[in-house]
Amino acid sequence: MWIAYQTIVVKEILRFARIWVQTIVPPVVTTSLYLLIFGGLMGERIGHMQGIDYLHFIVPGIILMTVIMQSYANTVSSFFLTKYNHSFEELLVSPVPNWVILLGFVSGGVTRGLCVGIAVTFAISFFVELGVYSYGILAVSFLLTSVMFALAGFINAIFAKSFDDISIVPTFVLLPLTYLGGMFYSIDILPSFWRSLSAFNPIFYMMDGFRLGMLGVGSTELYLAFLVPLAMIALLAAVALYLLKKGVNTKT
Amino acid sequence: MALALSTSALSKTYSNGFEALKAVDLKVEKGDFFALLGSNGAGKTTAIGIICGLIKSSAGSVEIDGLDQQKHINDVKRKIGLMPQEFNFNPHEPNIEILINQAGYFGINRKEARVRAEDLLKKINLWDRRLEVPQSLSGGMKRRLMLARALMHSPEILILDEPTAGVDVEIRRSMWRFLKQLNEEGLTIILTTHYLEEAESMCRNIAILNEGRIVVQSSMKDLLKKAKHQILILECVESLSENIKIRRCECEVLDEHTLQITLPESMSISDVITKLLLKNITVAHIRSAQNRLENLFLSLTSKES
Repeated sequence: MWIAYQTIVVKEILRFARIWVQTIVPPVVTTSLYLLIFGGLMGERIGHMQGIDYLHFIVPGIILMTVIMQSYANTVSSFFLTKYNHSFEELLVSPVPNWVILLGFVSGGVTRGLCVGIAVTFAISFFVELGVYSYGILAVSFLLTSVMFALAGFINAIFAKSFDDISIVPTFVLLPLTYLGGMFYSIDILPSFWRSLSAFNPIFYMMDGFRLGMLGVGSTELYLAFLVPLAMIALLAAVALYLLKKGVNTKT
Repeated sequence: MALALSTSALSKTYSNGFEALKAVDLKVEKGDFFALLGSNGAGKTTAIGIICGLIKSSAGSVEIDGLDQQKHINDVKRKIGLMPQEFNFNPHEPNIEILINQAGYFGINRKEARVRAEDLLKKINLWDRRLEVPQSLSGGMKRRLMLARALMHSPEILILDEPTAGVDVEIRRSMWRFLKQLNEEGLTIILTTHYLEEAESMCRNIAILNEGRIVVQSSMKDLLKKAKHQILILECVESLSENIKIRRCECEVLDEHTLQITLPESMSISDVITKLLLKNITVAHIRSAQNRLENLFLSLTSKES
């Protein structure tokens, strides 16, 4: 099992590393632009958020958004392509259990999330002096977020039948949820109705936990920042394994 | 003789209602070189897909080396190597990586997998192309790469779905030699092909599928004995008259020196040559107009049958 898992992970890492110009560079450029426009130009007019300088305030959100997008993009594109070019049959004819397949692809997504997250953090360090409030909270928040979105990307790939199907969710679901999850603002400034609505957005909890780990400020309880993504991970993993077992869109 | 593969009442109905397999019973002995023939849509690829775990059966069972496929799916998968009909590589992955990864899925570490990959790539003459990607290979090379991939985990049964489709004659013959050698070393091989001369020359046993049913399963020798007639083309030294007749044979003069004779199974070629000699016709060259297996195949799978 370990060798099969290792094989899938190495294959996944080599895949996104081979096309680093498509996978690593664009998020770094986008992040730099975000910081320049929202933080540098507009941030001075906004002032402070939760007692933190606005440019510093948005940094955790920008890093986490990158992690979310990259973890999702890696599994959705990689798994969809293995279906598209039928190379998934290499795994289907082998004795690799479904949970190892899932774990391998998710690990690939998490690794890409980590690599791009580090690259983005490095780029950000040219604009902002970065500090960390708690490495532990930061690491757990990153891991839970990355695993959750890698799983979501995997499920999207199972259902996807065309390249259009793998771009719909990131554009119309993930990005709005990320923006509305407190990436650029604290939900404390929202009217009560919108604040209550934010409680149903799982990204809000992840964003809050990550911000707490980095800046030491948050809008919700820490246990919720860990519990909500954990529950989502359990649910998504169960769904993904069920779909693999049933052979939905992978076996006829 | 122990069985490498057996299926019992294996059936498959697709979601659109198409019955691809209808209670197929198949038996393949260990060490056999077995031909599974059938026209397009007969159910060969579906049967192979079910045996390898790529397609879910609707009913029936599969046993590999005495193991129930459903109960021991992982043990069964370890025993089978599949070379599918369609190319199914990641087109951007280097050829050697494709082989090493496949071995990895079967639990073989990279160091050992690299040794096996080198050995196989050299045997199929692709070692020089190991760092290239499948996209840069010709159709024949891709087929050889798929063959090597199927052999990476040293399976006990090799299933080849149209292995030589689109491959030129020279490479096809070298693949035949390689497969024969593997079979002689004890590997059970199940072959589907549209080249019937390939099946006739290589396989010891045969099953023919037609519209999802097995219409015949026997040894190649016994099946060929059932061929009711064979058609020969004779190149003759003397000029031929229009009305050559040989008892129990159909004769047709194709041109001044070429004669086509359809002879019944009870009659030997030497009988024909003797009879022609009595008519002062000397045969210079002789060849078969049609493959015997092809005739049988057509008669067994035609709508009228």
